[in-house]
Amino acid sequence: MAFDQEKDEFKVVGTRPDRPDGIDKVTGRARFGADATAPGMLHAVIIRSPHAHARIVKIDTSKAEAAHGVKAVVTRADFAEGLDGENWNILENLMAGERALYDGHAVAAIAATSSLAARDAARMLEVEYEVLPHVTDVDKAMQEGAPVIREGAADGSVPAGMHPNVVRCHDSGHGDPEDGFAEADLVIEERFTTEATHQGYIEPHACLGTLGPDGRGELWCCTQGHWNVQKVCAALLDIETSKLRVTASEIGGGFGGKTAVFIEPVALALSRKANRPVKLVMPRADVFRATGPTASTSMDVKIGMKKDGTITGASGEFRCQGGAFPGAPMEFTAMCAFAPYALKHVHQVGYDVMTNRPKQAAYRAPGSPMAAFAVESVIDELCNRLGLDPIDVRLKNASREGTKANFGPSWDRIGLVETLEAAKEHPHFSAPLAEGAGRGISCGFWFNHAGETAVQLALSEDGTVQLSVGTPDIGGSRASMCMMAAEELGIPYEDVRTTIADTATLGYNEISHGSRVTYASGLATIEAARDTVKKLCKRAAAKWGIDAEAVEWRDGCAIPSGPNAGDFDPMPIKEIARDMGKTGGPIVGHFEATPEGAGVSFATHIVDAEVDRETGATTITRYTVVQDAGKAIHPSYVEGQYQGGAAQGIGWALNEEYVYDDDGRLQNAGFLDYRIPVASDLPMIDTVIVEVPNPGHPYGVRGVGETSICPPLAAIANAVSNAAGVRMQDLPMRPSRILEALKAGS
Amino acid sequence: MIHVSTTVNGDAHEFLCDPRETLLDALRDRLELTGAKEGCGTGDCGACTVLLDGRPVCSCLVLAAEAKGREVGTVEGIADGEDLHPLQRKFIEHAALQCGICTPGILVAAKALLERNPDPNETEVRYWLAGNLCRCTGYDKIIRAVLDAAGEMREAT
Repeated sequence: MAFDQEKDEFKVVGTRPDRPDGIDKVTGRARFGADATAPGMLHAVIIRSPHAHARIVKIDTSKAEAAHGVKAVVTRADFAEGLDGENWNILENLMAGERALYDGHAVAAIAATSSLAARDAARMLEVEYEVLPHVTDVDKAMQEGAPVIREGAADGSVPAGMHPNVVRCHDSGHGDPEDGFAEADLVIEERFTTEATHQGYIEPHACLGTLGPDGRGELWCCTQGHWNVQKVCAALLDIETSKLRVTASEIGGGFGGKTAVFIEPVALALSRKANRPVKLVMPRADVFRATGPTASTSMDVKIGMKKDGTITGASGEFRCQGGAFPGAPMEFTAMCAFAPYALKHVHQVGYDVMTNRPKQAAYRAPGSPMAAFAVESVIDELCNRLGLDPIDVRLKNASREGTKANFGPSWDRIGLVETLEAAKEHPHFSAPLAEGAGRGISCGFWFNHAGETAVQLALSEDGTVQLSVGTPDIGGSRASMCMMAAEELGIPYEDVRTTIADTATLGYNEISHGSRVTYASGLATIEAARDTVKKLCKRAAAKWGIDAEAVEWRDGCAIPSGPNAGDFDPMPIKEIARDMGKTGGPIVGHFEATPEGAGVSFATHIVDAEVDRETGATTITRYTVVQDAGKAIHPSYVEGQYQGGAAQGIGWALNEEYVYDDDGRLQNAGFLDYRIPVASDLPMIDTVIVEVPNPGHPYGVRGVGETSICPPLAAIANAVSNAAGVRMQDLPMRPSRILEALKAGS
Repeated sequence: MIHVSTTVNGDAHEFLCDPRETLLDALRDRLELTGAKEGCGTGDCGACTVLLDGRPVCSCLVLAAEAKGREVGTVEGIADGEDLHPLQRKFIEHAALQCGICTPGILVAAKALLERNPDPNETEVRYWLAGNLCRCTGYDKIIRAVLDAAGEMREAT
């Protein structure tokens, strides 16, 4: 559905009403994943491998099964056989088969009458392992002689002769970068690395499942996509999809990490065996060891620039480690890398590399932040050495409507230039810097996604509206859905109630991912509301005895128009609703489709950082996010997405990392040692909402959730490098690394 | 099992618990007060913050048996009937929550701060809440909501 050029005045959209779930969330009433109970409920624990790579010789469950309170023990034998593709990968990840592939890999699960009894029994489960050689580093995993994670995992995209741990390859671009480098006045090539980081949602994965002997089940869980959970559970347990009804709880953060399935099939398998409801809540250490994280990377980027700032050519190789399974987002890394720039000569290659680490999961714009770190660092260094303004150079080379993207297509209407211009005009960019401080700029890009979407809008007899959507609300989206429905129907915001429907209520809805919710469920809500309006107009027309085409909908009322204009008083929605039982029955609007036209999004960030040259500690002193939202439905929650992405980026750039010892065990599986930013680490985060309408949405909406994490790694690295006087090429920039760099630089 | 008599949000409660059971588990599983959340179980995230005799504690690090004879305050006790506490209103008004999982702990902690220091500056709020992790918001709107609530409460007294 295209951008509605006529729709330039909004009554509800763009205002900042209270979110509908606000009171539940501030009073403790909201029910999250771990907050559900059921009569006769058991509590479950998962037993995990302490080894990075080991053959499972034997699992003896007899003592655990005999322990006090234990009602069921499951291993791989309790799940479906004969799976292939991603279903096999998911099963192999959530319950190991012949080998444990990483520290924390699940090998068995126990359900007992209390969580303490389950934990006690877990100690009695006997697993015999034969420890195998392991590898956790991306570059080492590609070298000759590295332990092979799984023979034959590579697909046809991988060039011959590469290590079997390289399982997928992406190669794209146009022109010839070598020609471009020959035209340049300065060419810089550098290597960059980033460590794996975790999505770090505060709510651990949790579910409550029941699966009866008749094969019918109910599942309550915190997830970004309950239809996906339904589909995966059905496959892994060999039951019919429609026999399992899945309800999404309130979700305590996801950021991509709750798009994957880790525990739900385990709870259901235990329930099937015990014939009792089973609750499974992951301890935090398990969340770190066995869910998420994002890929770690090693990247080489080469860019040539003329003295006037023109980029003449660019190339990059992006090696992404995604744990013991295929799927590291190397194609996104490669494609996002040079997306902000209109380049004559560009070439990008990505490699998906397997290691003995947990299976990576999506994390907010997967792959893009790392790519931006490498590319935007090189551009910053080129600007420094050529004495050029970082924003002017980016403006000079910026992708615009009609220019050819580095990965092929021509850009539609995009707002990169507008974000750069807004950044340049922002007082932050021209504010004087304190002695010893540095400023960093970076652009960032994310595709955004649409996906399968179904919504239903049902009119109540009092004229209020029940909107059912299928995309879990991960950041306040119910408010924006209510706003869009109210806007279209011309009724008060408070008259719309939005519910996240369960899998039995609506058609398939894709996961809340790809920044798709406000775009796709929003578009679907607008379409469903327009469908409802047609039905409302028809009822009024029938009552008036005129043609339905001659009825308009305005301000919540049917109004006779054309030749009948003024013949009848406007008929309000409440009147039509009151009479609907007598005029044709329930009035329900629908939309079911896979919309196209999600609308890409760009951002520009400005960061000031101070580096303590004695301790190596970095303080972020000022931060400004400028991002194109297309159209901000609820500006407060758009700002919130900008601020949240920036804060996660600050953590990734400065503190957060998966630390592995030589034994391949994760050393920091807790919030004390895996340090996400706390309130005293951060400044206020200023935001500028740029609105360049997306041609593919009636109001111009673009997804905003992910783009905000694309520029921070680079912007902060540039600020720190400029403050320290040395180029920082490895993340995180923890104090010890900065001290080493300062020492090496002096 | 240990017999515990305690006061939660002003109401008298009694329950039996395992000696190893945490106050958080007892509140959630035995008293069905699920407002306090478990984010880590190791006292690092603050999502389980409750008041114990007026002092904010991580209830995952307190044994249920320790609540004997003491007064516990949870997020469920912050509002006065239908009237939200100024902090609760300001959190909604400022959009100071996205997913809301950290909100109960932060509200309990912030309330304890304003009872001790009715006029905190930004830095004081940031350090007081440094034990309460939020992954969604970047804290900006949380800090503004607390400062605004403090201002409103000062004007009201």
